[in-house]
Amino acid sequence: MTTDRAKLVQAALPILVGLLFLAGWEAFVRIEQIPVYILPGPIRIAERLWEDWDTLSDSLLVTLGVTFAALAAAVIGGGGLAILFAQSKWIEASLFPFAVILQVTPIVAIAPLILIYVPNTELALLICAWIVAFFPILSNTTLGLNSTDPNFLDLMQLYRAKRWQTLWYLRIPNAMPYFLGGLKIAGGLSLIGAVVAEFAAGTATAGTGLAYRILESSYRLDIPRMYAGLVLLSLTGILIFASFATLSWLILHRWHDSATRRER
Amino acid sequence: MDTVTNAPPLVHLEKVSKTFSNGTAAIAGLDLELRCGSFTSLLGPSGCGKSTALRMIAGLTAPSTGSVTWDRGRPELGFVFQEPTLMPWRTVWGNVFLPLRLAGLTRAQAEPRIADALARVGLTGFERSYPRQLSGGMKMRVSIARALVTHPSLLLMDEPFAALDEITRSRLNDDLLSVWAAQRLTIGFVTHSVFESVFLSDRILVMAARPGRVVADIAIDAPYPRTEAFRTSEVYNHHCRIVSKALKDAMGGQHDH
Ligand SMILES: Nc1ncnc2c1ncn2[C@@H]1O[C@H](COP(=O)(O)OP(=O)(O)O)[C@@H](O)[C@H]1O
Ligand SMILES: [Mg+2]
Repeated sequence: MTTDRAKLVQAALPILVGLLFLAGWEAFVRIEQIPVYILPGPIRIAERLWEDWDTLSDSLLVTLGVTFAALAAAVIGGGGLAILFAQSKWIEASLFPFAVILQVTPIVAIAPLILIYVPNTELALLICAWIVAFFPILSNTTLGLNSTDPNFLDLMQLYRAKRWQTLWYLRIPNAMPYFLGGLKIAGGLSLIGAVVAEFAAGTATAGTGLAYRILESSYRLDIPRMYAGLVLLSLTGILIFASFATLSWLILHRWHDSATRRER
Repeated sequence: MDTVTNAPPLVHLEKVSKTFSNGTAAIAGLDLELRCGSFTSLLGPSGCGKSTALRMIAGLTAPSTGSVTWDRGRPELGFVFQEPTLMPWRTVWGNVFLPLRLAGLTRAQAEPRIADALARVGLTGFERSYPRQLSGGMKMRVSIARALVTHPSLLLMDEPFAALDEITRSRLNDDLLSVWAAQRLTIGFVTHSVFESVFLSDRILVMAARPGRVVADIAIDAPYPRTEAFRTSEVYNHHCRIVSKALKDAMGGQHDH
């Protein structure tokens, strides 16, 4: 009982802090009479979000589309490459450095180039988001596939398991927690990648994603709308993280230490 | 128990040596054979090459020199590791199913054999549990069920009960003996416990270290089934003394464990 109450308090606390922060913000803006084009209060931002919901939600869907398409490609690309790496040390040794190079080069710096070379803007955005999302999946899954208990490998050898059987029955399930950890990171990064690329594309081609709406609002000095777009983006990021955390729990809770509750 | 001492060998190792790539000479001049239907223990101090010898019989490690010969072909093998080595993402049923799945059996084909293997180790009713929900002793039972499910004629066990408490251990000893009696298995059992080896085996091979080799071959001629009464009997004590002495000699007269 007491632990349930403690949990409730634990969940309520950040909400309380958030509300206090918003109330303080609103009070500050009103008392100091800050003009709306410098800092709008949360109520004004909410109103703007409501007024412009049709445009903003359409843009949100576009951004989400790019984010999830890139993420799907990252899962296939990163997971597939990790499985390829697991087949031979040589393949891993010769390709992994390039994956690292791709990862450490800031996406803001590459995005303009990609936008030049890839004529289809949507595809260019997707490639940018993919580049940032695929590395955590690749590196985590590779680690998971390689960290197999040697006793299990002995077991597979004893029963004359074929290569694909060892992969399917041992390495892949063993890598699952690592992969899901990578996925949680990649989800957020994919959104960031999509937004960054959209900003880079913003001036050149007419995109209709959320980042473009923010940019557009800034040209028009519509600060409340900028905040409204920002709020939508953060909420989306939180939602993506929460859904992958839930997915991870659903898959792992029956067996993995990271997801099992310890009874005392 | 003359029947066992006269039984034909199932497998024999001749002049086997094993030097690992880092230069460790784990085993040299090892001769041993496991006779059909026998319960043979390999007893020796830690690091004397017991695991290496067992792994060579199982084909998990190749000898550097010498030969491992199967007189009538390599039979179906079961192997029980020191750790239960259960896949945490599979249920008890799924773990026991694994060897059959690898051999291409479907769930339906495997079902009766899995039920039988689990019944023999006393785990009926735990099919749907995950390993983390089980005690150490129960995990080891699952591991044994998995080794039995392919109906092996040779069961190799590498210090399977070393991590268990005394009570669980003696219960598993009893159950292992009933499985052995019911199946007419050949068992190769690695242990560093004199008491465990005397209670279980009909024959004990004492090994010495650096390099690993067999230095004593002791028959435990006490009848089966062996019960609690055997643990307190004079025959048991007598054999424990003999085996202890042989082990001490093997360790070069050092009297510290
Ligand atoms: N894979 C390996 N590589 C190098 N040395 C090993 C390896 N396996 C075992 N050894 C060494 O071989 C010797 C015998 O090991 P082992 O067979 O495990 O002994 P035991 O099971 O009797 O404790 C030890 O000295 C051990 O350190
Ligand atoms: Mg050992």
